[in-house]
Amino acid sequence: MAEETRDQAGIGRRRLLTYLVAAPTLTVAARWGLGAEAAHAAIPSSPRPSELYDVGDLYKQACEPTKNLVLLEVAQDGDAWLWLHRMEVGQGITTACAMLVAEELDLPLSRVHVPMRDADPALLYNQLTGGSTAMRTVYDPIRQAAAEARARMVAAAAHQWDIAAEQLSTRDGMVVADDGRTATYASLAVAAADPGLSPTGVTPKSAAEFRVIGKPAGRIDARKMVTGQLEYTLDLNVVPDAKPCLVHRPPTIQGRPLRVRNDAEVRAMPGVIDIAVIKTGVAILAETFGQAWDAKKVLRVDWSAGTVDGLSNEDIFAKLEAATVPLAVPGGLLDTIDAEFRFAPVSHAPLETNSAIADVRRDHAEIWSGLQTPIFAQQVIAEELGLPQDAVKVHVVQSGGAFGRRLFHDGAMEAARASKAFGKPVKLMWTRVDDMRHGRMRGPSFHRVRATLAAGQVASYEHRITQTKTDFSHGLGELITAKLSAGAGNYTYAQSFFNMMVECPYNFGVVTEVLHEPEDIILNTAAWRSVYSAMVRGAEELVVDQIAARLGKDAYKFRREYLKHENVRAVLDKVALEGRWGRTMPRGHAQGIALHVEHRSSCAFLVEIDATDPRRPRVYRATIAADVGRPINPLGIEAQMISGLTDGISSTLRAGLHIRDGLPLEGSYSQSHFARQKDSPRDVKVFVMPPSREEPGGVGELPVPAAVGAIACAYARATGTWPRHFPINFEVDFDPFPTD
Amino acid sequence: MPTYTFTVNGKKTTVDAPADLAMLWVLRDKLGITGPKFGCGINVCKACTSHLNGKAFNPCVTPVSECADKNVTTIEGLAEGDELHPVQQAWLDQDVAECGYCQPGQIMAAVDLLKRNPNPSDADIEAIENVCRCGTYFRIREAIKQAARDLARG
Repeated sequence: MAEETRDQAGIGRRRLLTYLVAAPTLTVAARWGLGAEAAHAAIPSSPRPSELYDVGDLYKQACEPTKNLVLLEVAQDGDAWLWLHRMEVGQGITTACAMLVAEELDLPLSRVHVPMRDADPALLYNQLTGGSTAMRTVYDPIRQAAAEARARMVAAAAHQWDIAAEQLSTRDGMVVADDGRTATYASLAVAAADPGLSPTGVTPKSAAEFRVIGKPAGRIDARKMVTGQLEYTLDLNVVPDAKPCLVHRPPTIQGRPLRVRNDAEVRAMPGVIDIAVIKTGVAILAETFGQAWDAKKVLRVDWSAGTVDGLSNEDIFAKLEAATVPLAVPGGLLDTIDAEFRFAPVSHAPLETNSAIADVRRDHAEIWSGLQTPIFAQQVIAEELGLPQDAVKVHVVQSGGAFGRRLFHDGAMEAARASKAFGKPVKLMWTRVDDMRHGRMRGPSFHRVRATLAAGQVASYEHRITQTKTDFSHGLGELITAKLSAGAGNYTYAQSFFNMMVECPYNFGVVTEVLHEPEDIILNTAAWRSVYSAMVRGAEELVVDQIAARLGKDAYKFRREYLKHENVRAVLDKVALEGRWGRTMPRGHAQGIALHVEHRSSCAFLVEIDATDPRRPRVYRATIAADVGRPINPLGIEAQMISGLTDGISSTLRAGLHIRDGLPLEGSYSQSHFARQKDSPRDVKVFVMPPSREEPGGVGELPVPAAVGAIACAYARATGTWPRHFPINFEVDFDPFPTD
Repeated sequence: MPTYTFTVNGKKTTVDAPADLAMLWVLRDKLGITGPKFGCGINVCKACTSHLNGKAFNPCVTPVSECADKNVTTIEGLAEGDELHPVQQAWLDQDVAECGYCQPGQIMAAVDLLKRNPNPSDADIEAIENVCRCGTYFRIREAIKQAARDLARG
């Protein structure tokens, strides 16, 4: 009872959740796609958990009780406003959602506006952006809401003209009668809101009636972006007296400030308004960011030890290797292919660093930030400030990239702490060095793989992955814990997450993929675009090439033969055909082909690489095909494939973090080598396959694992090596920035 | 504190600022001109790319004193009223932007390139080092080529 009073909200959620996961197992049984095909000659594998029930299914169930809380308004000028309970970070969901509204409301796309919705606890779980779940979870509810709005317009006109609704239709933001009379939505908006109306025909359109969904549409926010009018968090002028704030940070990960040694010296610097010790460092408030930055350089602080002091990448890899769960099939006796892989940590490094505006007062607070989990942010920030949750207003701001980074609210929490400490509103920004060294990352991982061959077939495929703990405490982790009815900590839900995501798409006999995340290496982590799949599936695709080579088979034909699902074969065939698989390549050049299946979608990549200089490889051509179930905006899907290709180039070939003595050495893009234009292919073709299902699959994370696999395979073929360490070219080719 | 006068997007402007304050903070924090973005502060990501007397420059490493009596153009000053610059229009036509954060700088860099070189090769385009973390490079490349064609047509 005491617990219930202490945490009403939390207990309430748990109860609901129990109901959620206990009752509807119906979606679990629905098998995706066409099912396992007659498995050619390969030894069939049983379905992996994610084939039956994946993260998107889980999240969809979690959203079910509140799925109809769609905030859609038709304003008095007839324009529609959708306050989206997901966050735009560049993945194009505001455009896709505007298309859903335009489709069902019969309104031009230019008249649909999609701002972000403030944190709204009434949504419970239904305000999380991640896991490529956005369109899967809002597709039906938004269409339903817009269909209802349209039906209300029709009902209002029917009432006004006193004719049957059946004699009315809608187009271009108007209700049109059989007799030619028209009424704009603007003229009907007030009457349509009358609760007394009883609209009929509120069923969303069937796919055959679609005129917007499935047609390419440019981004609705593009004009604002190219004119500099789109306002990111620190561009907002919502609290005019909020001053620039930076945080001076420790010399090692998660060190904590103990004492400022030169308080008076820093306070006397031009433009400095105040300094304050907060949990993660020393906050500096100044008239401009430039002046706060100067003060940051001068500050001298005593710090406590961090969580990985003295440890470097090599030490961490050794610990991970030692903690790896043993393989089941013995080596040495059978015909096996063994491989070990190491993937270095990598920063999310969104171009807009962590940032937030906070205005904390005695009895209320207001926050603006890019937040993928705003309700969670609101809960913990309120707790930190000692305020009731509803006294903290949290505004979600469209942001400059995320890649998983904004699942957490590190900037917003610091801004709240700083504003409270200063008693003034702040605009808090992380510098790039802060972001790369103290921001979250994809933790390093060690992989051990053994494929067993028997009678010319793959009899078993085992993959063990050991990765530093991935922080899932942003909310969805709690769902999984509840699902398992166990408080077994991060390990349990990390493994559960893993099982709901990673899927070997081949008939490789007995397939076991086991994740272990040791608790004793504490880094700042968060899921990074495609979470485990980039590494697990990327490495797997490389092993697939190796198996094919051992069996004397062509890499494309081998994949084709061993694939579980026919619709995946279609994307593979598409890239092989369009990318001219197997054509003769110059010396030092090669093709690589790989695929990925997740999020109820699939894609294939065929890339061509010039690795004449193995230390400076260049991916110069890419052919990509994606089957995303029901494509909503082909242009947006194409953009995500191109973007995933670039992430594949970066993370496979050059971008990563060297943790050295408890801190990443990298502090900017000149040091962690994310791809630039010169690293990007000059020739890219993307094919979005026609609809293969009624509902959309996930898109955002889909391309990365296939890109990693195809690039690694191409590099291997071009150089005659089997890369085992990623990124492949990973020297410290710079002088690290000083820490103090 | 010294005073500096310069023209920003066609408007004569005077600010009080320390001589070494980076122009990025003058624009953003003092003048509320937020099109130029912060991404690194050391002229690596180039998200702040703008023009000084018609040439690309990076306000994050340019002291305000160096801008005195000069013409500064930011992304906000590129279009002629409602009429977009051909490079901006190409960006729309090619649907370049994802998160959009780097795009003001990318566009200003592209405008500068096309001024110097109206018919850039792929290699010329690859000399642009602006980081796009979303990885829209292929569409940026296509947009620059389109803009070159559009500008040539006049």
